[in-house]
Amino acid sequence: MALDVPGRVAYANARLLDPATGLDAMGGLLTEGEHIVHLAPGLFADGTPVGARVVDCGGACLAPGLVDIRTQLREPGQEHKESFKSAGRAAAAGGVTSMVGLPNTNPVIDDEAAVEFVARRARLIGLAKVFTYAAATKGLEGRELAEIGLLHQAGAVAFTDGVKAIADAQVMRRLLAYAASHDLLVIQHPQEPSLATGVMNSGETATRLGLGGIPREAEIIMLERDMRLVAMTGGRYHAAHISTEDSVEIIRKAKAAGLPVTCDTAPFYFALNELEVGDYRTFAKLSPPLRSESDRQAIVDGLADGTIDVIASDHCPQDQDTKRLPFNLAEFGGIGLETLLPVTLRLVHEGRLPLLKALDRITRAPADLLGLEAGRLRTGAPADLVIFDPEAPWKVVGDTMRSKSKNSPFDGHLVQGKVIRTVVDGRTVFPEGAG
Amino acid sequence: MTDAAFPHRHLLGIQGLHPPDIQHLLDLADGHVDQCRGADKASDAMAGRTVINLFFENSTRTRTSFELAAKRQGAEVINMQVSTSSVAKGETLIDTAVTLNAMHPDVLVVRHPESGAAKLLAEKVNCAVVNGGDGGHEHPTQALLDALTIRRRKGRLDGLRVAICGDVLHSRVARSNIHLLTTMGTQVRLIGPRTLVPRSFEAMGVEVFTNMREGLTDCDIVMMLRLQTERMRGNFIPSVREYFRFYGLDRDKLSRARPDALIMHPGPMNRGVEIDSDVADDFERSVIREQVEMGVAVRMAVLRLLAGNLDHTRRNQPFAGAGGV
Repeated sequence: MALDVPGRVAYANARLLDPATGLDAMGGLLTEGEHIVHLAPGLFADGTPVGARVVDCGGACLAPGLVDIRTQLREPGQEHKESFKSAGRAAAAGGVTSMVGLPNTNPVIDDEAAVEFVARRARLIGLAKVFTYAAATKGLEGRELAEIGLLHQAGAVAFTDGVKAIADAQVMRRLLAYAASHDLLVIQHPQEPSLATGVMNSGETATRLGLGGIPREAEIIMLERDMRLVAMTGGRYHAAHISTEDSVEIIRKAKAAGLPVTCDTAPFYFALNELEVGDYRTFAKLSPPLRSESDRQAIVDGLADGTIDVIASDHCPQDQDTKRLPFNLAEFGGIGLETLLPVTLRLVHEGRLPLLKALDRITRAPADLLGLEAGRLRTGAPADLVIFDPEAPWKVVGDTMRSKSKNSPFDGHLVQGKVIRTVVDGRTVFPEGAG
Repeated sequence: MTDAAFPHRHLLGIQGLHPPDIQHLLDLADGHVDQCRGADKASDAMAGRTVINLFFENSTRTRTSFELAAKRQGAEVINMQVSTSSVAKGETLIDTAVTLNAMHPDVLVVRHPESGAAKLLAEKVNCAVVNGGDGGHEHPTQALLDALTIRRRKGRLDGLRVAICGDVLHSRVARSNIHLLTTMGTQVRLIGPRTLVPRSFEAMGVEVFTNMREGLTDCDIVMMLRLQTERMRGNFIPSVREYFRFYGLDRDKLSRARPDALIMHPGPMNRGVEIDSDVADDFERSVIREQVEMGVAVRMAVLRLLAGNLDHTRRNQPFAGAGGV
């Protein structure tokens, strides 16, 4: 199916925000076809070009579309929970123009055909752009290395075992060393599985509820081990969704020592704490688990000082059958594509991060980490844009979310920051039918 | 009419109950003790009511106790023992709850191997729910019967010193007792190895001891817990032999408690694992059989109160299980 190539569109009267250059000024942006062809402060102040369609932004923010580097799209294999299409709609509504899926699908993305399947299927849908990771080890089993060189050539952007840690130290060592020889990135779910047999953060709340705990040390120990292996091999390493104060400190030290290390966190871990579990709310059952309030504050500090490079939604759709269960039996995970922007903006509203810095964590930084052509307002770049009102308040209601699964840990929460329009390759994908 | 002295729809746990709630339940139960000891045990306080015992775990004594408590007050009782061998235990729970709800029971007594199951079920039905034990969370009627036993023997709860010994980590009985006793002004000590009594319990307002002799010193009540090997995954203790040496209740360790200290156990006992037979069967000290007797009285009070509270709430409630399953 060929998509219509859009003509010239003039986005006028916008507050242009580009974290990469520090641009924050009223102005305009012109796209032609799939690309940005011009942008400047004050542009279109004297009128818009003849023949261009005009989108009056009404003073709202215009920023690069969001780049979400940790999502589970459930296709192929679990389309009853999510699909490229439903996730694409959720992404578009959330201002996300590029998203990267984990390889824990069925079948697992550990061969070139699977990588190509994702690329082909997702391209046909034409909503947010879909990229994929591939498995770091065959079948995500943590034993033998997957063909990461070939998988990279087929289009996989980095390598991870998804929601499973690469637990065996020798496997991780070889993986990092081999990845270093091809300059590939390894992404770890940092959690020592033998310590992580519980279902929520260890501590007072778990004790009171009679639930098994996952100690903070499960994450801390794995990160400490991995830092040693990175120092030993020189492999590029990225820690996903860090959740504890000590984790921030470990990454801070590793960066200071010059190790090729980066990390991200998810909105859950800087906006919520373990009290969210309340009376066995399974929507708050996440991996890693929601931690203590002091951990949450340390994550905010890590974002503010740049130790944490990226915010990713950690979008993990689970249906009723896997969440309407006693807490112990429910699956881990929460959806996040539609709440990534407003919950990130909470950091701005609370005065913890300036707007451009907060946007950097969800646009330029993740795009650069994976080498994606995205995350910037630049002449010649793909016209992937989000127009939003950073102040507009709304209430998150799980049942009205576009994702096929409704398991939002923010269900019922009040947030600020509303997407007005999302543009992918010059075409408006949100609101639906806006052309 | 809701009983003003016990304004609750369900009994899902002790946590959240206030001292007057607990006093009221114990006072009512006290009256039922005399009723049960008399020749004519029956009343019609619950005539026309239906109680369903929904048990997802094997239990003879708790189920029998609830059954007797309902029957002695003239209620209809149905016992349902649901197999837990199926993979989707939770799904069975909600499905079963919604089905049973459609039959209009007045009280559902539920026991389930997962923490929080009683709460989940209560969200799906419009009858009263009594938690008969959910995973490692709570077992409120056990704590109430323990409290009644203590109060009748010692005349009070406040100011006493109670030691809860053994597998606290996996014990719903311990959690309910901790909530109840600390609420009523009783000093609570927990005794066990760190693997079974983690430090996080200290936040519940108790003292933690790893040395049993020290912990038992000057206690008025020694509450033993069953070692729940079926809930243990991994190495919590090296062996039963070693456990008994350090944490089994025998004459020698008991001698550190007050001379009139009472011994309690929620049953079923593992003799030679957590308690020496010699101590368990000591008529002077052990009130283990009395606990069983108090269990029926406490459950009579709970069932009657909740069934009575139900009337004015239920008519206005839509069918709670209809949506969002």
